[in-house]
Amino acid sequence: MIRLSDVSLRIGNGPNWPGRTRFLGRAAQRREVLQGVSFTVPAGAFRWLLGASGAGKSSLLRVLQLGAMPTTGEFELFGTSVQRAPRRQLVRLRRRMGVVFQDLRLLPELSVFDNVALPMRLAQIAEPRVQAEVSEMLNWIGLGRRLLARPGELSGGEQQRAAIARAVVLRPPLLLADEPTGSLDAPQALRLMELLMELNQLGSTVIVATHNDHLVRHFQAPSLRLDRGRLVEDGARAVLVP
Amino acid sequence: MSEAPRLPRAPSRPADGLGLRRAIPDRMLPSVVAAMAFLAALALAGAVGAHALATRWSGGAGAIVIVQVPEPLAAATPGAAGGAAAGTRIDAVQATLAGMPGIASRHLLDARELDQLLQPWLGGHGGAHADLLALPLPAVVQLRLQSGASLPPALPDALDRQAPGTLVEDSAAWSDRLLALTYSLQACAGLALLTVAAVAGWVVALATRAGIVRRRGAIELVHSLGATDSYVAQRFARRTGFLALVGGIIGALVALPVLAQLSRLAAPFSTGAAAGGAAGATPLAGTLPGVLVQVGGGGGGGLLPGLMLDALPLPLLVALPSLPLATGLIGWLTAQATVRAWLRRLP
Repeated sequence: MIRLSDVSLRIGNGPNWPGRTRFLGRAAQRREVLQGVSFTVPAGAFRWLLGASGAGKSSLLRVLQLGAMPTTGEFELFGTSVQRAPRRQLVRLRRRMGVVFQDLRLLPELSVFDNVALPMRLAQIAEPRVQAEVSEMLNWIGLGRRLLARPGELSGGEQQRAAIARAVVLRPPLLLADEPTGSLDAPQALRLMELLMELNQLGSTVIVATHNDHLVRHFQAPSLRLDRGRLVEDGARAVLVP
Repeated sequence: MSEAPRLPRAPSRPADGLGLRRAIPDRMLPSVVAAMAFLAALALAGAVGAHALATRWSGGAGAIVIVQVPEPLAAATPGAAGGAAAGTRIDAVQATLAGMPGIASRHLLDARELDQLLQPWLGGHGGAHADLLALPLPAVVQLRLQSGASLPPALPDALDRQAPGTLVEDSAAWSDRLLALTYSLQACAGLALLTVAAVAGWVVALATRAGIVRRRGAIELVHSLGATDSYVAQRFARRTGFLALVGGIIGALVALPVLAQLSRLAAPFSTGAAAGGAAGATPLAGTLPGVLVQVGGGGGGGLLPGLMLDALPLPLLVALPSLPLATGLIGWLTAQATVRAWLRRLP
């Protein structure tokens, strides 16, 4: 399902050649946010992605959601080598995953219904099916009465659920969530995690980045822990990297 | 007790999430494209007019050769072409011209025609002929060359040998210069069109870039949700193409009365009438001024759209409606290229 082998990621504006900062100054500085990350996540698994702020959780999720290409290393997703895949195939891979962004990224000018329907419409699914399945999804997630509301009219918890509904409406085999409970109180966070666990039990591979230790203790699952861009713990392998 | 909200009706065009109506407002782009289309319409009219003039000159005045034979009734030089039959100088010249290839028609002006020709200088009506008889007038032969034919370079010398003093006025020399001028005008009009098209494309690219910046978050979101480059580019192209089409239509419509007005001003030059303005003008298909001459001539009637359309020649009638199509196409293609180039930065 997911296999990373010695993956690193550098970010910054400058080019990637030796001695660049000597000629181009600070503008050419590139920071390595992931270094030599290797792990495998089988289909249907659940993983916590842990680490302090700035440890590289969001950067790793960005790589996993194909928002950034690894600078070095090998990344295989659904059996496809991501770096070697043609652009069109990356689109197909993206449609097989759902992402809950840390900042939710609901489009403010669209209704809750249209926000959730967006992945289905992008996948060119027939409109009657979109109508039926989005309604069912919103009912399941408890937003059945807020179909036509704009995201700005929803509470933080409702927005969070709408973002999750958009991520799972296509029943993706992979769900990535970046701090999905960040703006929620404890009961709402627990309810949300129950939803994600339910999705995992329905067959989706789920990776959740969080720094909420309470949730991690409450929902026991293997974890991947990052520290300053390095993977220091792979719960499934119980390997510690100093 | 509150009722459960009904499902939203299936929209005819579902929201694509890009919010392009806000990203690319519907005022700035059509206005600028309309100005470009207006300039393009003027350049087109110039190109069509120059082409018409070139055609007219090369087939009209440029094909005329005037041969003046002084003392036409005197004896021709012995041994001249025509032999014994060509006793007079004019007979000898006529005989030579008759054997020359490339001449479509040959006409010896009679006394009445010479009278009319000189009337502006000598004045009088009817009685002028009597005065002219007293003048040593040359015989005048008007030749019309066949299309593409040119006067043999040796002809003036040959005629001069038969009838010394014979003048051959070939219009081809100044006609060639006029043709070169009209071709230059056409080239300038073409360059102006290209420049206007380039500026229009540049404006569309800027507007598209501004739209991308405004909706960057939404674009990145739909990209991450599985939108193809074609999907995003198509939506931008549809929006900018439509706005550029609207701008093109406005520009062409604004240009229409201007072209009609220009035609009214140009009408006297098209017919050769010394005076009388558009009142005496008649449309001459295929010539610039004739093209632009308003049906019914003069007055304000030419500002009516129907009359203006009637007055426009076929090339301009085809070119004007194609102008909005061209601006729409430029908008569509430029937006496609701009958006696709920007999207290549995303993985």
